[in-house]
Amino acid sequence: MKALSQRRRHPLAAIALLLMGLLVTGGIYAVASTANEAQAQTAVSASDVEEGEKLFVANCATCHGMGASGTEDGPSLVGVGAASVDFQVGTGRMPLQMQGPQAQVKPPQFTDEQTRQMAAYVASLGAGPAIPGEEVLDTTGEGVDPANGGELFRVNCAMCHNAAAAGGALTRGKFAPGLEGVSAKHTYEAMVTGPQNMPVFNDANITPEEKQDIIAFLEVIDEQGSPGGADLGALGPVSEGLFIWVAGLGVIIAFTVWLTSRSS
Amino acid sequence: MSSSTVVNEYQPKTSVGRITNFVDSRVGGSAMVKEFGRKIFPDHWTFMFGEVALYTFVILLLSGTFLTFFFDPSMTEVAYDGSYVPLRGIEMSAAYASSLDISFDIRGGLFMRQVHHWSALLFVAAVSVHMLRVFFTGAFRKPRELNWVVGSVLLILAMAAGFTGYSLPDDLLSGNGLRIIDGVIKSIPVIGTYISFFLFGGEFPGTVIIPRLYVLHILLIPALILLLIAIHLFMVVAHKHTQFPGPGRTNDNVVGYPVGPVYAAKAGGFFFIVFGVVAAISAAFTINPIWNYGPYDPSPVSAGTQPDWYIGWVDGALRLMPGIIAGIPLEWEIPFPWGVNTLSLNVLLPALVPAGLVFTLMFAWPWIESWITKDKREHHLLDRPRNAPARTAVGVAGVVFYCVMWAAASSDLIATHFMVSLNDVTYWLRVLFVIGPFIGFIVARRIALALQRKDREIALHGRETGRIVRLPHGEFIEVHEQVDAYKRYTLVNFESHEVLPAEADVNGHVPKNEKRRAWISKFFFEDRVAPVTPAELEAAHSHGHHGEVAGEHDKASISSH
Repeated sequence: MKALSQRRRHPLAAIALLLMGLLVTGGIYAVASTANEAQAQTAVSASDVEEGEKLFVANCATCHGMGASGTEDGPSLVGVGAASVDFQVGTGRMPLQMQGPQAQVKPPQFTDEQTRQMAAYVASLGAGPAIPGEEVLDTTGEGVDPANGGELFRVNCAMCHNAAAAGGALTRGKFAPGLEGVSAKHTYEAMVTGPQNMPVFNDANITPEEKQDIIAFLEVIDEQGSPGGADLGALGPVSEGLFIWVAGLGVIIAFTVWLTSRSS
Repeated sequence: MSSSTVVNEYQPKTSVGRITNFVDSRVGGSAMVKEFGRKIFPDHWTFMFGEVALYTFVILLLSGTFLTFFFDPSMTEVAYDGSYVPLRGIEMSAAYASSLDISFDIRGGLFMRQVHHWSALLFVAAVSVHMLRVFFTGAFRKPRELNWVVGSVLLILAMAAGFTGYSLPDDLLSGNGLRIIDGVIKSIPVIGTYISFFLFGGEFPGTVIIPRLYVLHILLIPALILLLIAIHLFMVVAHKHTQFPGPGRTNDNVVGYPVGPVYAAKAGGFFFIVFGVVAAISAAFTINPIWNYGPYDPSPVSAGTQPDWYIGWVDGALRLMPGIIAGIPLEWEIPFPWGVNTLSLNVLLPALVPAGLVFTLMFAWPWIESWITKDKREHHLLDRPRNAPARTAVGVAGVVFYCVMWAAASSDLIATHFMVSLNDVTYWLRVLFVIGPFIGFIVARRIALALQRKDREIALHGRETGRIVRLPHGEFIEVHEQVDAYKRYTLVNFESHEVLPAEADVNGHVPKNEKRRAWISKFFFEDRVAPVTPAELEAAHSHGHHGEVAGEHDKASISSH
């Protein structure tokens, strides 16, 4: 201890301290980020990576650059993980329909096989979240609680996606899409990769079990339909007001005209 | 029957007759029916919106009574254990839990909730349309100014009833709405925080607001509404109903049909029609799906949070207000002797100024108009909106002003559904907020004047038949057909205000106020279209075609036959 306190004013002490600090934060970050890598690694072969690279060069490299290192038109994909590729390509968002505030959903442009190969290639460039396996997405298991999922959804997701998951607007043309009909896999991947403007909800933030709850909640509200009748888009008071002014008052006015057209 | 005084008394023959005679001879019902049953009401479909408002209010009382049997207005924390799975085990207030029970566990409960909510929306909509009809036809003029004021108070009470009811289920949506009200109250300088603490019984949200709103919603506000409806209807009977101008209709009579028996039956039937429409809507379309929103918790805010439509315009004004104008922030911290107070003009101004402006103009309009026109006579004949271009233009400007704010309340949905940027929607609506009313005023007045000119044309020269005839010398003419006398009557028989120049008072001075009035009068009426005079009509019709009268040169270009 004495030696340490004697050298605390040594010219190199500050540098040593800086190095120590960097090592500690780096180490913690490394530990934390490995905790976020999804558990189930689907088996990929070297040929998948090779085929994926070919597809990537042909379809993605224009914007994302050779070796996925990024260009002015598209970000680097090193370390985004297989889940990100599976989400973006699997929902048809990539390749982009057009440059705009946000990637639009459209019919997927690649087969599942091709998507898997590209995912394998991007995953081989750097560690990132993997495509979730069946057991992570299974919402029928013991202890899955949709009510807890609803609570988590309202606290973490509803401010953009709307409490009924009907979607909502963000700034300057960006938006959070409605979640009706989105598959459990894509919902999970969106949470771990944070596509477009969505923040990443890593496993330290929302645990895999809680993600399962959220998916279960979304499935329940998807399946139950609307108990009170047609939901008018689940958009809340705006569609209700529009409906009563147009349809409600319209019918009433038709009746008033009918009643006064036969006076006696 | 020995006494000679009862010789002529009515002797009922059946038991029902005896009972009704017994009641009638004690309460005098037949005299009332005789008096009221012979009351004449004119017939026009636009006169029925007040009825719709009244009937939806009755539906509200009926369905609301049902809901009070099962609703628990308490903010006690309970764990939900009803049949709605996605909320089971969640902590929530007893108010929200009982609203969920009404929706899922009480037979007919969800239907009754939807009847209550849909009829509330229809109630305020019917009140609004009724008021627009009264405004645009000039039915607020003497002697009905006070009834217009009563109606305006009813509109405010209807909005208050709606908002207090919207807040009762204590779901996330209504809690967010209350939070905005709390923010508006707190933006009132100095006393705002005290009022907020007084209202919520401490820091927002507290545990007393739902019971307090409940008392307002089921007791005080409906009682006030009922009282004002009684006054409103009493005045309608006292003033008699207005009527549109037409042959035989004057300011001293009412042309129409008596209440009994046809109107009474029709009005009764119309109640069931309105009830049926509301019930059909409630059975087929969901409203306020509170189970989607979850229990209120001050931390989450859902996207797409809006108030019900009638509060939307105030919400829209809040959304439109910038926080900084031309580099000047609208939030100031003002040091007072007792400490620093925050003055949040970015909340205070949009929450109070547009609503204050609209309501002040609305209440004062009957007096403003009679001040400008110096018209203090009684009016029982309505104006067609085109025949009062200035008033119609003011009304349209008001409607545009309201609708811009209304649209702003749904700016996020406009952005997502029309694929445009939310920011751009806000910028455009800000522009429209300022210039929209002016554009509305100018366009509405031009359209009204154009329609008046068209009416004049038709009255003088008849309607265009579309039949083109070639005369022997080669000229083509279009044959015009005279309209019949009844139709012509409605085209020519209206009052039209003229510009009244400023008048000097007894001392020969022209007061500043009078000059101002004269300026507005000139602005309103300088380009008026005068009604067709008998002389003009005579001249136009006497020599068949090419009727031209002095002072009519402006329309000479329009071909006439």
